[in-house]
Amino acid sequence: MSKQKKNSKLLEGSLVTGALKQSFVKLKPGVMLKNPVMFTVYIGTIIMLGVCIWIAGGETSQGSLAYNLIIFGVLFITVLFANFAEAIAEARGKAQADSLRKTREDTPAKKIFPVGEMYVNEMKIVPSAELRKGDYFLCEAGDMIPMDGEITKGIATIDESAITGESAPVIREAGGDKSSVTGGTKVLSDRIEVRVTTEPGESFLDKMIALVEGASRQKTPNEIALTILLASFTIIFLIVCVTLKPFADYANTPITIAAFVSLYVCLIPTTIGGLLSAIGIAGMDRALRANVITKSGKAVETAGDLDTLLLDKTGTITIGNRKATNFYPANGVEAATFTEACALSSLADQTPEGKSIIELAKLDRIKLNTSGAKFIEFTAETRSSGIDLTDGTRIRKGAFDSIRKMVEKDGNIFPNETAEKVTGISSNGGTPLVVSKNNIVLGVIELQDIIKPGIQERFERLRKMGVKTVMVTGDNPLTAKFIAEKAGVDDFIAEATPEDKMNYIKQEQQGGKLVAMMGDGTNDAPALAQADVGVAMNSGTAAAKEAGNMVDLDNDPTKLIEIVEIGKQLLMTRGTLTTFSIANDVAKYFAIVPALFITSIPALQALNIMQLHSPESAILSAVIFNALIIPMLIPLALKGVAYKPIGASALLRRNLLIYGLGGVIVPFIGIKLIDLVVALFI
Amino acid sequence: MNTELTGVVVTFLLTILLAYPLGKYIAKVFAGEKTITDFMNPFERFIYRISGINTSRGMNWKEFLTAMLAINSLWFIYAFFLLLTQGSLPLNPDGNTSMTPDLSFNTAISFLVNCNLQHYSGESGLTYLTQLFVITFLQFVSAATGIACAVALFNGLKHKTTDDLGNFWAIFVKSITRLLLPICIVIAILLAFNGSPASFDGKDTITSLQGDTVNVSRGPSAGMIAIKHLGTNGGGWFGVNSAHPLENPNYLTGMLELIAQVLIPMAMLFALGFYIKRKKLAYTIFGIMTVGMLFLVVPTIIWEMNGSSEIAKLGILQATGAMEGKEVRFGPAASGYWSIITTIISTGSVNSMHDSSMPLSGMMQMLGMLINAFYGGCGVGILNYYIYIIIAVFIGGLMVGRTPEFMGHKVEAREVKIAAMVTLLSAFLIKGGTALAAYYFVNHGDADWAVKPAAWLNNPANHGFSEMFYEFTSSNANNGSGFEGLGDNNIFWNVTTGFAMILGRFLPIIGPIAIAGMLAKKKYIPETAGTLKIDSLTFGILTFAIIIIITALSYFPPLVLGPIAEYLGM
Repeated sequence: MSKQKKNSKLLEGSLVTGALKQSFVKLKPGVMLKNPVMFTVYIGTIIMLGVCIWIAGGETSQGSLAYNLIIFGVLFITVLFANFAEAIAEARGKAQADSLRKTREDTPAKKIFPVGEMYVNEMKIVPSAELRKGDYFLCEAGDMIPMDGEITKGIATIDESAITGESAPVIREAGGDKSSVTGGTKVLSDRIEVRVTTEPGESFLDKMIALVEGASRQKTPNEIALTILLASFTIIFLIVCVTLKPFADYANTPITIAAFVSLYVCLIPTTIGGLLSAIGIAGMDRALRANVITKSGKAVETAGDLDTLLLDKTGTITIGNRKATNFYPANGVEAATFTEACALSSLADQTPEGKSIIELAKLDRIKLNTSGAKFIEFTAETRSSGIDLTDGTRIRKGAFDSIRKMVEKDGNIFPNETAEKVTGISSNGGTPLVVSKNNIVLGVIELQDIIKPGIQERFERLRKMGVKTVMVTGDNPLTAKFIAEKAGVDDFIAEATPEDKMNYIKQEQQGGKLVAMMGDGTNDAPALAQADVGVAMNSGTAAAKEAGNMVDLDNDPTKLIEIVEIGKQLLMTRGTLTTFSIANDVAKYFAIVPALFITSIPALQALNIMQLHSPESAILSAVIFNALIIPMLIPLALKGVAYKPIGASALLRRNLLIYGLGGVIVPFIGIKLIDLVVALFI
Repeated sequence: MNTELTGVVVTFLLTILLAYPLGKYIAKVFAGEKTITDFMNPFERFIYRISGINTSRGMNWKEFLTAMLAINSLWFIYAFFLLLTQGSLPLNPDGNTSMTPDLSFNTAISFLVNCNLQHYSGESGLTYLTQLFVITFLQFVSAATGIACAVALFNGLKHKTTDDLGNFWAIFVKSITRLLLPICIVIAILLAFNGSPASFDGKDTITSLQGDTVNVSRGPSAGMIAIKHLGTNGGGWFGVNSAHPLENPNYLTGMLELIAQVLIPMAMLFALGFYIKRKKLAYTIFGIMTVGMLFLVVPTIIWEMNGSSEIAKLGILQATGAMEGKEVRFGPAASGYWSIITTIISTGSVNSMHDSSMPLSGMMQMLGMLINAFYGGCGVGILNYYIYIIIAVFIGGLMVGRTPEFMGHKVEAREVKIAAMVTLLSAFLIKGGTALAAYYFVNHGDADWAVKPAAWLNNPANHGFSEMFYEFTSSNANNGSGFEGLGDNNIFWNVTTGFAMILGRFLPIIGPIAIAGMLAKKKYIPETAGTLKIDSLTFGILTFAIIIIITALSYFPPLVLGPIAEYLGM
């Protein structure tokens, strides 16, 4: 993606201050309750506050007031850190969405009243906020489009750079698949009439902002499952701590409340518990940064599971349209003559193919003598086009069999070597166009699809992720097969109709696969709705956008590939941080358990493998480490763990090594270092 | 290599050698293919007919569990009342008395759930009638229940999408007629030829060289000793279990009993591979379990052969290793191997006193039971391992960036919830029970029970703690071995361990079968390059790591206060 224009800095000053404030606001018990793991830490903090008050009131069995106050403070900070992680993720998403929203607020709109004060269809300028779904408005050159809508009349060039960052203007017109306009974009030329398609506050962008802000965010199924697992770990450690009391009584060891609470907080998975919602929000935010608006968090998650991608050939796999790549003159025909004939035949041809022939011929238009010539348009009947010059020369260009018919009708022979060339071109995925002059074959033009550079590598990458790619094209099966093989896609649908796409999706889904597709037309809408992830192009029709569960602001068909990676990153970040969090417990045990029992069972000094200074410093270091690791991992939670398409087993090995083994080792070092510092003060 | 170690290695290799073809055979039996035991067909059909069983009717996971639980409740009532009244029933040549209600509660559960925790001594606590028709009977049916439940899991894994886990009654009957009964007959005959008693006569009297008269208990024991191992039950005919010269007369019978107890758990793994046609998966699981076993066995044998530092301090030579509590005919290597095998397998029979093992060997025995899935009990070992797999699949699946799936089925919140609950349960039962015991010991030492809490423990401090912890660990794991030295025949231990056993048995069966049933019903998702390969070494290591981490994290404090502190204090 070329558009990394939006802030790539993770923690911006203004966001941090806002998030800090939010961390305190989120201390409301009702909000805390949503995260069971952190809620128990919250309760632990309150208990410690009670203990501090108790000690201040004269209790002596619980250690010094200062020590207890510090523990209380560290626990409180732990809770704040977790809140901060969520707040900063929200703030980033919001800032991103706000910058998009800003462009569309309070634009004056030229609303059309069917029955006005004086005329029918009277136009009046109103603030955009007053537009409702179904209203019509007018936009002329230089106007900002006030609201999402669909063009009902006219054609216009539009600058969408505010939304997509792409400076080249795009053309939007009524009644096609490119009839949709987005609020905040600017009309550069012409005049359009637009019907509003969304209520204020209900545009996709508004929905996305609400999701990011958390108001309407629901936990995804996967997040729920993980929360259950984390909650069960929490209960296991609650049992560990509660039963420790009678065990300690048996061993004649008094354990302070501070030690119990600290052990508990250290053991429960606070790291992942504190970062879990931030990870989810950051996933949606990353999608937004890729200029994709998701309608739910679940869609992003599902994207990571995709098995099959349906990709349009044109624009995704090949660059635009077919291009002329070669001229093959028939035997005895001069190359220059043939080239000139080719160019002449295409002068009137406004299709991209026709233009590419002239481009390839490299002839100066003016030099060709066409004054008084008659251009023959392409018709479905003749399946050829061409030119009749004033000297009576008739040049025709067309499909192989239509030209052959013409030639043979005149009693001329279709040369064998040209016929062979034609077959050769077809079987290489090209399209042959035969050119004749006065019904004598001059030669054949080869048109080829140009496969996007680098697309093979992307498909290879997808294959390693386990994602199957399917090319959708209107070409005949032979051509489709050739391009499919050349581009390295796994399958193709040739001569595809919208029904074909729909059937293919259904068939894949019956086999248990998750399918994604991208589309823009109204006829794509059913398939978009059927697909597990349907990405509608922003330029597409309102129906398409409504049917899909994501909207791509860039209208970039390769975006699907990015979306898959974002989904995978989201899941991986959760998995790796869970592993890290649990693995951390090993070191924390070795810090705290010897500290608890060392007075009554001196032999346990052997378990103090970190050689921590004293029982108090050991417990303090463990809780401090536990608190600090949360903000240290916020950047990772927001950025996501890097996804590498190296196959599932290799990926698992890699992540196990980094986050599993790393999770065991890092806290040993961290706690020891903190202890060295803490020991200076105790 | 010395002969003691050679004996252990040969025993282990022989087990694999026998388990492999047996696994193939088991897979064939339950797939309904032709086997050499098809002569049992008419007998089975007769049973089905008189019991009104329609074997062709499949069961979903709820029906399967309902059938299993219903028949188990019936057996419990039957066993409870027989034990309660045994003193006045026939076949009681030694005139033994009836059990107290709390003891019969504990004993009935203990044998029903394949645990075989014994708060009585076989010689004086049971009659021949109850030995045969309660104990031996339950040893057969509890083992068959375990096998049937494992086969239900297999059925869930075998088909892409299915509601049918098989017919409980049919699988159960076949487990006995095709597997337990034939093999038991062979083992019992071998044992009887080596000197295990098989008679209905009462106590015999011998006069020792010193001229003392000794009463020697006997009875129809050979068959019971065979099933107690083959069915991973472990409850001894005699009080000291397989350390008794009539229960385990020589090294050969020792090997036989060792092989018998590992045979079915190991064969079930191979059977899994053959049955669902994923041999690599079975081998991977077998490999991980074997590595886990070696992690426990190797240090234990080393510690036991090295002897005790405390005894060395007394200036006593320990050329043969730590012999306290061990039988000379087995020696420390075979005893160390047995002590680990019997704890990982959930047999719980002993050929040496675990109370006298080195402190860290004791910890290894406890770990074997806490994990309870390195081979594991008859049928249930795989079910326990399955729970660990589900958790590993969930975490591992996330780590490779996909919604976790196991063999083509998505693992979602419901399955995770069940797996988490099963894991939680053992932590709760073991530590909760031990905490309760410690609480009574400290605060209510003179409670008016058959054995006062203050007199429960034969040993002070850390070792005493281990005795309590071991008892609950053994109950929850349905192992049944004891650390001994614990005054356990009183209402507290009989009732608390009774509940620990019954919950520790049935919830870890219900959980995996429910998960298997739910997963099997889901849409099948074909494997892709992005799918986590569950038969890969990496995934095996992940599962192993999760087993170790979960166990270590849940039980670190009690292990520190028990065996580790004892070891460090030596």
